[in-house]
Amino acid sequence: MIRADSLSKHYGAIKAVDGISFGIEPGEVVGLLGPNGAGKTTTMRMCAGYLAPTSGSVKVHGFDLATHTLAARKTFGYLPEGAPLWGEMTPRAFLDFIADIRGLRGAARAARIGEVAELLQLHSVFDQRIETLSKGFRRRVGLAQAILHDPQALLLDEPTDGLDPNQKHEVRELIRGMSGDKIVVISTHILEEVEAVCSRAIIIAAGRIVADDTPAALAARSPSGRLDHVFRSVTTGQERGAVGEER
Amino acid sequence: MRHVWIIARRELRAYFATPVAYVFIVIFVALSGVFTFYLGNFFEREQADLTPFFGFHPWLHLVLAPAVSMRLWAEERQSGSVELLMCLPIAAWQAVLGKFLAAWCFIAAALALTFPTWITVNYLGDPDNGVILAAYCGSLLMAGAYLAIGACISAACRSQVVAFVTTMVVCFAFLLAGFPLVLDAFAGWAPQTLVDIVGSLGFLTHFNAISKGVLDARDVLYFLLVIAAFLYANAIVLDLGRGN
Repeated sequence: MIRADSLSKHYGAIKAVDGISFGIEPGEVVGLLGPNGAGKTTTMRMCAGYLAPTSGSVKVHGFDLATHTLAARKTFGYLPEGAPLWGEMTPRAFLDFIADIRGLRGAARAARIGEVAELLQLHSVFDQRIETLSKGFRRRVGLAQAILHDPQALLLDEPTDGLDPNQKHEVRELIRGMSGDKIVVISTHILEEVEAVCSRAIIIAAGRIVADDTPAALAARSPSGRLDHVFRSVTTGQERGAVGEER
Repeated sequence: MRHVWIIARRELRAYFATPVAYVFIVIFVALSGVFTFYLGNFFEREQADLTPFFGFHPWLHLVLAPAVSMRLWAEERQSGSVELLMCLPIAAWQAVLGKFLAAWCFIAAALALTFPTWITVNYLGDPDNGVILAAYCGSLLMAGAYLAIGACISAACRSQVVAFVTTMVVCFAFLLAGFPLVLDAFAGWAPQTLVDIVGSLGFLTHFNAISKGVLDARDVLYFLLVIAAFLYANAIVLDLGRGN
């Protein structure tokens, strides 16, 4: 499980994330929602252990990221925002490298690399340099890297950003197939995605959690029964309040 | 150590993934030849040693080592892949050491390819090959110190060009610390102890000692300590970038 306790990240006076707490149990597919700049990526980066929180803590499967960093990192796979990769490598060399780092060995290793390449349909570009690949393929190579060691938890920062509708569909299928007894956290601002794959939605605005429920229950909060109406009312409500105060 | 080796291997392959690596090696070997035979008056001296060859190494490395080290972290920060790297189950020191070793191996390969000069001097005369070996070690150690400084500066930069220029200036200061130019500036007013300390910090003082064939443990230790200090600083710079 992943547990965040009053997690904050301040940059000077700017509170990018301001006291967020949540617990995610195995089997949940959580959508981290919010407008651009709400603190989604900062939250993901703290959950993945890339950024150190200003205050608060994150525990992944019981390991505190600040003190048992390496043990915690072994239990999850992470796709950073924009799926950064090493462009001069081929997907084959890249996945070999990740497998080495993750300590996969012997026949299981070759089998797993083949399996992941099959799952993400990478075979046709397996020996092409990553920098020559299309955005869709790059995203899939990034996903392959995240799931290679069959992690108990997956943190995916905007996994379908920049993909065409078919590719989005494939990635969502993949996420649905991955869930079960695992934890999947995806950050996104695409609401249909949350309704399609998530069992729970956490909406963040201005660094705070403004809603945390199942997508269906959230949608039911609006008379229209539409998630985008609820999203707009909870994420813009605060800004309107701020403008009101100024007056 | 296994993770260090995995990182180093990936970095080394990254160097050779583009023609830049080959261009670099050709320039390194060609320049060292030009310096030795034209500027160093190798033939006119009529002495069977490689003093003119190694005499130019501090300056050759000063320009070329920052070019090797500049991409180590700046490139990863630019593309964002540093996030991918730092979220893998490896410790920061393993990444730092792995990257440094890759750069050092690269320079070592370039240095090894200057062997025709060594063959030439052995063909023409009867040099002291022990001295030459010591000088090669000294050259490699000094390049390592430059690279460690460069790696640390690269971690603080997003732009490779800024990393290159800054590294060259800092390395130049370290090199000059042993020169009369710098020492005279201190000698007028500072106590002799301070002058000695500044002088002893200079790369050139230590390199010249080694290249004369005296592989003194203190000179070797000096370079190793400089490397260790800057790699440690490199890890701290990375940590600061993550908000620790």
